Amino acid sequence: MLQAASLTCVKGDHVLFDHLDLSIHPGQIYQISGANGTGKTSLLKILAGLSPPEEGAVLWNGEPIQRHPDKFRSLLAYLGHSIGLKLDLTPTENLEFWSSLYGISRTPPADALIQVGLKDQAHIACRYLSAGQRRRAAIARFQINDALVWILDEPLTALDSSGIKSVCQTIDAHLDRGGLVVITSHQPIALDRHPVEEFRIQGTACPA
Amino acid sequence: MPSLIHAFQAVIKRDIRLAIRQPSEIAQPVVFFIIVVSVFPFGVGSNPDQLTAIGPGIVWVGALLATLLALDSLFRSDFDDGSLEQLILSEHPLSVLILGKILVHWFVTGLPLIIVTPLLGILLGLDKSTLVVLIGSLLLGTPTLSLVGAIGSALTISIRRAGLLVTLLVLPLYIPVLIFGAGAASAAQSGLPTAGHLYMLGAIAMGAIALAPIATSAALRISSE
Repeated sequence: MLQAASLTCVKGDHVLFDHLDLSIHPGQIYQISGANGTGKTSLLKILAGLSPPEEGAVLWNGEPIQRHPDKFRSLLAYLGHSIGLKLDLTPTENLEFWSSLYGISRTPPADALIQVGLKDQAHIACRYLSAGQRRRAAIARFQINDALVWILDEPLTALDSSGIKSVCQTIDAHLDRGGLVVITSHQPIALDRHPVEEFRIQGTACPA
Repeated sequence: MPSLIHAFQAVIKRDIRLAIRQPSEIAQPVVFFIIVVSVFPFGVGSNPDQLTAIGPGIVWVGALLATLLALDSLFRSDFDDGSLEQLILSEHPLSVLILGKILVHWFVTGLPLIIVTPLLGILLGLDKSTLVVLIGSLLLGTPTLSLVGAIGSALTISIRRAGLLVTLLVLPLYIPVLIFGAGAASAAQSGLPTAGHLYMLGAIAMGAIALAPIATSAALRISSE
């Protein structure tokens, strides 16, 4: 269970959110919503352990994630605004790099690329792919790792309807395996087999 | 932990591949180095004795400036495209992965400088024994420049156009390397023993290999918050 306990996030002089509580159980998906600038990305970065919260803690199975950061990271897959794709490498080379970094390949990179619909682009440098194709290549990374916790920041940006459908199917399959997902998206997410819980960030009153 | 070795190799393989696909990034520091060293005779006059006397210093200052020039490319693209976040979030110790990155960076930006040094040595009229010591001192010294530079680069990676700031941060730390490096070659020129200088350079390099990746990875974590 991933738990946010009384998180407070401060950017500059401005409190983005305070005393935010959230708990996500295996098999659950939470969609974080809120207007632009309410701190959705900041919340995801805190949950991933990339940035420390001003106050509060992120707990994995009741233990703060900082206590055993390596253990938590081995369970975590994160897709940020910058998708972590090397533009000078082909999608296959990018995936091969990630799979040797994870030391695991649940799906062989070639198959993962077929699943996200990049069969014909597998050997073209990502520089020459469109924004949507690049995002598909980044999402293929989630086919090869065996992380339990998926943190996805706007994964549907620039995707066409078939791309969105394929991401939703991937998420459904992940939830079937007992994974848990935290996602931000401005598009509605429709899963076939699992309800999507919505969590709205109550921004603190903005000082005028 | 065998998978850590795999991860280390994966980082090295990826960075070498990226360097091959961006040859201008390799060429830039070495071309700069050749230009700096080869314009000196025009500035100080072509008196061979004078050039030979200041030759080792010119080569060392040129190598130092070329390394500074190359520092920005070390983490820039990884920071911009989000790969750095992914490296930070991997279960492996970040310092080991970063050491792999720095090694490759030295291999593609530092080693070419050493490869062209014999040619520049001939241009400056250095004799053979001086040249050997000069190359030895560069082999021991330039890895330190890359390792220490990585700390400065990591601290300023979230700031755009931080070239001047990096220079201010790391230049004081470069000075000892410069003194011992150029000192070794000068001593060889005067027929003095050079071992002391080279031992110092080696010791500094060992210290840097042990400590710089740890400092760099801590700085990268702070920079990508």
